[in-house]
Amino acid sequence: MVNAPLLEVRNLSVDFPQNNSTVHAVRDISYVINRGEFLGIVGESGSGKSVSSMAVMGLLPSSAQVSGDILFRGESLLDMDDRKLSRLRGNEIAMIFQDPLSALTPVYTVGNQIAEGLLLHDKALSKQAAATRAVELLRIVGIPAPERRVKAFPHEFSGGMRQRVMIAIAIANNPNLIIADEPTTALDVTIQAQILEVLQKAKEITGAAVVLITHDLGVVAGNADRIAVMYAGKLVETGSVDDVFNRPHMPYTLGLLRSVPNLITAGKTRLVPLEGRPPSLDALPPGCPFEQRCPIAIDACRETEPPLLSIGSSHEAACLRAPEIAAGQLQAADVFPRPEPIPAADQAKVEGRTVLEVTDVKRYFTLTRGAVFKREIGKVKAVDGISFDIHEGEVLGLVGESGCGKSTTILEILELTSPQDGSIKIDGVDVSTLTKDQRLAKRKDIQVVFQDPMAALDPRLTIEDIVAEPLTVHNVSKADQRRRVGELLDTVGLEASMGSRYPHEFSGGQRQRIGIARALATEPKLLILDEPVSALDVSIQAGVINLLEDLKERLGLSYLFVAHDLAVVRQIADKVAVMYLGRIVESGRVADVFARPHHPYTQALMSAVPIPDPDAERSRKRILLDGDLPSPTDEISGCRFHSRCPLFKVLDPSLQQRCLTEDPQLRVIDTSSAACHHAELNTLQVT
Amino acid sequence: MAVIEPLDLDTTASLVDPGKAPKRSSRGRLIWIRLRSTPRFWIGVTVVALMIIWAIIGLWFTHWSPTDQDLINSRTGPSGSHWFGTDDIGQDIYAETVVGLRKSLAIGLIAGPLSTLLSAFVGSFAGYVGGKADSVISWFINLLLVVPAFFLLVLISPLLKDKAWVALIFFIAAFTWMVMAQVIRAQTKSLRDRDFVKAARFMGVGTFTILRRHIVPNVASLLIIDATLGVVYAIIAETSLSYFGFGIQPPQVSLGTLLADGTSAATTRPWVFLFPAGVLILLLFAVSLIGDALRDAVDPTSGATRG
Repeated sequence: MVNAPLLEVRNLSVDFPQNNSTVHAVRDISYVINRGEFLGIVGESGSGKSVSSMAVMGLLPSSAQVSGDILFRGESLLDMDDRKLSRLRGNEIAMIFQDPLSALTPVYTVGNQIAEGLLLHDKALSKQAAATRAVELLRIVGIPAPERRVKAFPHEFSGGMRQRVMIAIAIANNPNLIIADEPTTALDVTIQAQILEVLQKAKEITGAAVVLITHDLGVVAGNADRIAVMYAGKLVETGSVDDVFNRPHMPYTLGLLRSVPNLITAGKTRLVPLEGRPPSLDALPPGCPFEQRCPIAIDACRETEPPLLSIGSSHEAACLRAPEIAAGQLQAADVFPRPEPIPAADQAKVEGRTVLEVTDVKRYFTLTRGAVFKREIGKVKAVDGISFDIHEGEVLGLVGESGCGKSTTILEILELTSPQDGSIKIDGVDVSTLTKDQRLAKRKDIQVVFQDPMAALDPRLTIEDIVAEPLTVHNVSKADQRRRVGELLDTVGLEASMGSRYPHEFSGGQRQRIGIARALATEPKLLILDEPVSALDVSIQAGVINLLEDLKERLGLSYLFVAHDLAVVRQIADKVAVMYLGRIVESGRVADVFARPHHPYTQALMSAVPIPDPDAERSRKRILLDGDLPSPTDEISGCRFHSRCPLFKVLDPSLQQRCLTEDPQLRVIDTSSAACHHAELNTLQVT
Repeated sequence: MAVIEPLDLDTTASLVDPGKAPKRSSRGRLIWIRLRSTPRFWIGVTVVALMIIWAIIGLWFTHWSPTDQDLINSRTGPSGSHWFGTDDIGQDIYAETVVGLRKSLAIGLIAGPLSTLLSAFVGSFAGYVGGKADSVISWFINLLLVVPAFFLLVLISPLLKDKAWVALIFFIAAFTWMVMAQVIRAQTKSLRDRDFVKAARFMGVGTFTILRRHIVPNVASLLIIDATLGVVYAIIAETSLSYFGFGIQPPQVSLGTLLADGTSAATTRPWVFLFPAGVLILLLFAVSLIGDALRDAVDPTSGATRG
């Protein structure tokens, strides 16, 4: 069958029977992938996007009940026996997983693992030829010095490099279909940009169709031809990228697109929260699964689940009111109106005192070897002399990739003891001068919200006990504690009656609200927010960000907002500081830095962030960084960024000399400051 | 039954998963549900409960006291008058077994949990505080682990001779807590880096409050298992010490001293040995069943549930 599409999924359903219920993970979905097409499947956790692709690969656990049909070039995959399927997997269909560390065997060299896939599917191939091909594949996916690297073991590779190896294995046999399941979720943005580039290249070389499964709308906007949006195990909207992004017809897609912070619009408009959470997949309501969260639901939505309706060429949406949206009777702005900012009358007066002042703080960790006689074998300069200050009512965004020293910085501040070097002043008081009692009293003023809301709440305490915990330290009576907990839960948008429940009964967004309520208990002046939304599903993030914005306005709080997501920082922060390897490389007002970044690293970081807007994505010029973050134990002379710097490469050798020998300090350039010797010569363009 | 809550979309995300009925601490409930369906657990609990009741009221059924000497009927087998028979000097084995069981039960039930308490305190403290204190405590634990406890008991037992049997409880507890302390210490080290513990520390909550409120409850399941199985160890320790003459001293009786008295006659007059031994084995078996069922309920992946 020559004319059959490459892959056709027909009425696929996957059920997982449980003890006394059945989880309907995927419900009656159908889609088609043509040769050489790039399909993006978007959905939040639990939407069934991964399960549906596992079904295609035949990798579901044996407990799963699969119905419907999956045709690969007209042949049914579900009827195929395991041997035939194995021949297809890795040869015709390849898969790239989210976690490249667990997908590679630690005891074989990467070369062996690539060659294994080649030899399995081509018996005629000699070992030598396979080894040569492995080197060639590593070169294609951009691994430097592949002849040497082919003999390395997976643990010697960084996360990004491992994912490149996975792509090399995937394209080894020139497959016709590559399924990539969240291939970049575990990686930093600059590495994510590299991997997506490699994936596109792999697609061009092999001519394979690609299915990219992700929760990140930005990632599909720039790469996919078509996208499919999944919700509660169901396909709710499919169409070309432009159709879905520019003219979404399913209220879920509509809300999702409006709730995601976007580098272009962030900071200018408020985000639109998409409240609630998807229904649990073992007790689905009879009607539309989105009905409970949908602002334009009508009675009919509660009765039957709407089928995918065609709206124009190859654009389908599963909504009863899609025709009204198509006709323009319902506008996105009416369906999900933007929330109003806090009126000026309710805003707290701020005087602009300095709440936190960090001056030249350093934190080195010494690496030692030996149990009895410890000797120093190296130093990790986790934080190497950073300074910043935060005024009352101000938000400082501290941005950087993993390993840049963000977390060490906030831990240094939270300890409230004198740092290894430099000074930390809170409210004008140097923390190194505090006595034990004064330090305890000072803890009232500074509180923290952690990244993972599940880990931050003790699973064995009730919400009331959790929120009241900071008060127990400061001799507050039981009755006052209870009253205050009720107030706090109300402040963060939860009901006071929920106080007697336990953390596991709440959704991720609600748990983060509980974490915020606890941080507010002592009426602090400064909140340290450690990636407060990055562990949340995208549709939930907007609600928490808006809450943080409102609290800041109403209570006059200051935030130190640590994040790796630039769009979120652009949305909420007043000032931004970009960290690289323990140093701040650029800082200034958010508007200035984002409009005119001066440091090449800031530029690369900004250009790596995907924008959920296909038009903007296509017209962007990317600055890709080479390689990975150097090891923090390395001694780097001169500028610590020179090994990856795109500006360094185009500089005159006489100018390069300065980068190699002299460590640049922060200096004022225009309205912000950057640590780059040659920022004035920087003509790299960022959009 | 699922409780569907009214939805309130315009305010905030104020709805708890509508598909789930509000439940109290799910982990505790889950353990209880698993435990409830394990016959082993119920058998163990019933047997232990019966033995405790028997130890308390067992003497009501006989007019012999353990110190009475029925010289006419000495060295006789089980009969209507002496249910378990008599020993060399005419003492009633039934009465002695009841009294001996009392002592062994008391020692086991106190020393087992006491040892767990000690390991919880030392282990969590060392693991949480870390640094120098941790090194010193670990060193001390390891030292105790390499010193053969039984040998030490033998050495110290002359000192114990004059003290009441209560001293033995503390002695046994003092030499059985180390392994568990190491386990708790390791658990605490991983808990210490969890965000909720960090959060509490940055709020200014004191060390001992953190240990009590956050660390110990999160290792509670381990502690409960250890306390149960600790009862078994403590009874074995007591009986073996007493058997060799280092534990409970005459005129006091425990199951161990009874066994010691009975061994010489085990082949000729088996009742002197068999009844106390049978009671001891039944008791240990029942407590082990409880401990085993508890462990499986807390950690379903542990060995016993395989297959």
